[in-house]
Amino acid sequence: MKTFNIDSPMHHKTKVFPSPFHSRQAEWNENKEWSRWYDYLSVPSYTDETMEYFAGRNTCGVFDITPMTKHLITGPDALPFMNRLVTRDVSKLKPGRVGYSVWCDDRGQVIDDGTIFHLQQGQYRLCSQEHQIDWLMINAHGFDVSIVEDTHDVAGLALQGPTSCAVLRKMNLPGIENLTPFGMASFDFEGTQLMISRTGFTGDLGYELWIDPDHAEVLWDRLFAAGELHGIRPMGSDALEMLRIEAGFIMAGADFAPALHTVRSKNTRSPFELGLDWLVDFKKPVFNGRQALLKEQQQGSRYALVKLDIEDNKAAEHSYVYDTRERNIGWVTSAMWSPSAKKNIALATVKRPHGKVDERMLVEIYYQRELAWSRKMAQAVVVEQPFWDPPRRRQTPPADW
Amino acid sequence: MKKYDAIVIGAGHNGIANGAFLAKAGLNVLMVEKNDWIGGATVSRNLHEDWIYSNCSYVCSLLRPEVYRALDLAKYGLQVVPYGGSVTISQNGDYYASYVDGDASRREMMRHSHRDADAEHRFERDIMRQCRFIRQFLLRTAPDPASFKPRDLMELLHIGRKFWDLGEETIYDTMRFYTMSIAEFLDEYFESDLIKASHAGSGIIGSAMGVMSPGTAYVLLHHAMGDVDGTAGAWGFARGGMGAIAKAMHLCFEDHGGTTVSGSGVEQILVKNGKVTGVALENGDEYEADIVVSNMTLPRTFLECMDPKDLRPEFLEKCRNFKIRGSSGKINVALEGVPQFTALKGNTEIMRSDMHLIDSIERLERAYDDWKDGIWSRDPYIDMLIPSLTDPTMAPPGKHFMSLFIQYVPPKVRGKDWTDEDRDAFRDTVFNQIEEYAPGFKNLVAHAEVRTPRELENEVGLTEGNIFQGELTMDQLLFNRPIPGYAQYRGPVKGLWMCGSSNHPGGGVMAAPGANAAREILMDLKKPNTVPEGWADD
Ligand SMILES: Cc1cc2nc3c(=O)[nH]c(=O)nc-3n(C[C@H](O)[C@H](O)[C@H](O)COP(=O)(O)OP(=O)(O)OC[C@H]3O[C@@H](n4cnc5c(N)ncnc54)[C@H](O)[C@@H]3O)c2cc1C
Repeated sequence: MKTFNIDSPMHHKTKVFPSPFHSRQAEWNENKEWSRWYDYLSVPSYTDETMEYFAGRNTCGVFDITPMTKHLITGPDALPFMNRLVTRDVSKLKPGRVGYSVWCDDRGQVIDDGTIFHLQQGQYRLCSQEHQIDWLMINAHGFDVSIVEDTHDVAGLALQGPTSCAVLRKMNLPGIENLTPFGMASFDFEGTQLMISRTGFTGDLGYELWIDPDHAEVLWDRLFAAGELHGIRPMGSDALEMLRIEAGFIMAGADFAPALHTVRSKNTRSPFELGLDWLVDFKKPVFNGRQALLKEQQQGSRYALVKLDIEDNKAAEHSYVYDTRERNIGWVTSAMWSPSAKKNIALATVKRPHGKVDERMLVEIYYQRELAWSRKMAQAVVVEQPFWDPPRRRQTPPADW
Repeated sequence: MKKYDAIVIGAGHNGIANGAFLAKAGLNVLMVEKNDWIGGATVSRNLHEDWIYSNCSYVCSLLRPEVYRALDLAKYGLQVVPYGGSVTISQNGDYYASYVDGDASRREMMRHSHRDADAEHRFERDIMRQCRFIRQFLLRTAPDPASFKPRDLMELLHIGRKFWDLGEETIYDTMRFYTMSIAEFLDEYFESDLIKASHAGSGIIGSAMGVMSPGTAYVLLHHAMGDVDGTAGAWGFARGGMGAIAKAMHLCFEDHGGTTVSGSGVEQILVKNGKVTGVALENGDEYEADIVVSNMTLPRTFLECMDPKDLRPEFLEKCRNFKIRGSSGKINVALEGVPQFTALKGNTEIMRSDMHLIDSIERLERAYDDWKDGIWSRDPYIDMLIPSLTDPTMAPPGKHFMSLFIQYVPPKVRGKDWTDEDRDAFRDTVFNQIEEYAPGFKNLVAHAEVRTPRELENEVGLTEGNIFQGELTMDQLLFNRPIPGYAQYRGPVKGLWMCGSSNHPGGGVMAAPGANAAREILMDLKKPNTVPEGWADD
């Protein structure tokens, strides 16, 4: 059910709206704790974040992604518009395919990252972390496109984990097993269309399911019925956070400050500084930030975003990073003990020329045991590959667990 | 006759802050105030039964936290309680509210324009960038760009460095900010008239400029650069009214041995052989000191309280040319109950915030047109608050104090002095406007104090009734405030100092001019500094 309504000026009385899945989330939410994700109530953890995390890595977990900002971009100029907006070449994205990208301001600083769904010829959906409508409209001048934010018209669930395909098969979605990574397909479902993309934020086998809010509850019910024997369980945002760090995915507001919100202009980052070189396609003659990024490519970047493998087991949250001579070179942006890699891992921002693969660094970790604080200078090494990247993530058709 | 180390003329909050810092440094300070109450435009008075009014200034944000701490104002009883948000009520029966809660605010904007809700981030970012730049210089003396003293050169360099630190786009923006109109500036962000109007008010408060006049973008900054408890741009109520600020500072002043005489103003600042020697009061009393600090406006100090023969003609000419045009009025109302605004439909929570009755930039500009014609705006812009909804000390339970700040009100009515009839007609204009939005309002009024520029000048001493002791325009800011060559609080005569809002960084209950002047005086006397300098990053 669509639960978002701001037509009444009294909307402020609630501050936050229930998600279209709320009735089901509430049943499962044993902790009775809710957090806010923009307009919607979100669940940090239903029962236990570690158990929920392991559902994502061992069976499958369901996470409500309705609050994610969504835009529908249509019209004859939809492709040229998208191509000017983002850094990668959208013309290579065929209908029915999804691509990850970032978009920059004129200074080549990242405004946000997100996924582009090529729904059909001349129609794209852009999912982003932050609200973008103002920036999209600024960019739309001179293009024959229509842009609407339709966040509240689309309910979404992420179904992530090794048994996720098996669950979908049980739901009788013909050919679902043939969906390749970053592919999408639509299915008739309870009198409406269910769109499924093989995408996610966990670095594992997984899908995202998109449906109109009026069918949100029935989708949830059918999914959980189908998943009963496949270890399905709802997952909160705490578990998702663990999954995405392990996968080495960056997050706006955690690993970089979105350029349009950043008051201290030095604190923004370019795609190169976030390790996203592969997303910048200079073969495109024009796109936002191109000139600045070309210059940066020639003259060098200020920062590097690195994956760190850190000794010992104390999570390096909010730590400073030093070179081996104990000179401060940066800080950790996300960190955790990785239960799947069995490693102490972190994403960190360091000043160039630091940040080369295999480079040794020190991480200053403060940790508390029985209220007493200790400090440790832990050895760390820069690694290239994500901490978790199993072959099943790409395997098509996926194993039928 | 007893000789003091220093005499401060005027117990406005800047004068008191100045005196308190000097007294803290061990100086024997006398403060002379013409009224039999202290605080100047930072005052709370009991004029009707059990109601307390914030008679002039009514909300607090600019007060430098460093001064708050250094003068121990908490110990002397000051409490500043934040309030949140604002509401702009339009003629068509709708409103636009801004809430403390970011999501609620965004949704409220979405109700009017989806795009504006998002553009607000860009707007706030750009405002904050400028505010963070300015804030660094509030508790610092401005450099004299024409001087070759090492100190001025260093300070210019300091400003230059901070300027480059802003980064390319913000550097460009800075120039634009100081020269653009608030209307033009808002057009770069927003499409909804109501949202633009709600932001535009901060660009004209206290200024004899219209929303379309160049320079009003800066006035908005001046209202956004303060903070409450580190929340940049936040505003609060001083518990007990704004006078609580002056009162706490004054207790600190007295605690450090300061003396105050009130009830008779300074008639003349005495000068002998190019040096000040003291002051002569209207009642004939004279006091001696080698240092005299004026908290009065620039024109009042030099054109009214000094012998022109003691001053250079060129200097006097500049004082005469100082832009200090009255544009505001204030009505303080004792209410028997809470007025009911039809459009708010029972959203009583939002009434704890700033309320405005305006729809558009256009209407704001029309209000200014009347000022140019020499009359008060027939359809005025009112910054309306009911502090007693937050502060229980302002009115008896169930009754309320309403503060109405009004733009525009000219210093003279079509070139003639204000009469009592004019004043009453002005009050009726304002009350009639409110009545339109809140039927029954007038029946709730138990008492009203109506202050036009005439009262602001005669009672508070604000020349022409200008609330900032001088317009906040680029030509009168930083090293040009109040006039070029005199921005470092030193007057044109030895021993004469200036510490009022006419000086850098300007008006508002900020205590910065008073504090900066004290730092300079102590430096000249080679006394240990008691005055904080610089800023705490937000
Ligand atoms: C109606 C109004 C509303 C305002 N609203 C706000 C607000 O909400 N928030 C905010 O931050 N700012 C506000 N301001 C601005 C702010 O109040 C002033 O800028 C500030 O209070 C000025 O302080 P000051 O000490 O520099 O000068 P003043 O307060 O003007 O003090 C000067 C003092 O000198 C005295 N004096 C004058 N002549 C003589 C004489 N000859 N002899 C002895 N004493 C003399 C006066 O009586 C007065 O006490 C408002 C101002 C007004 C008028």
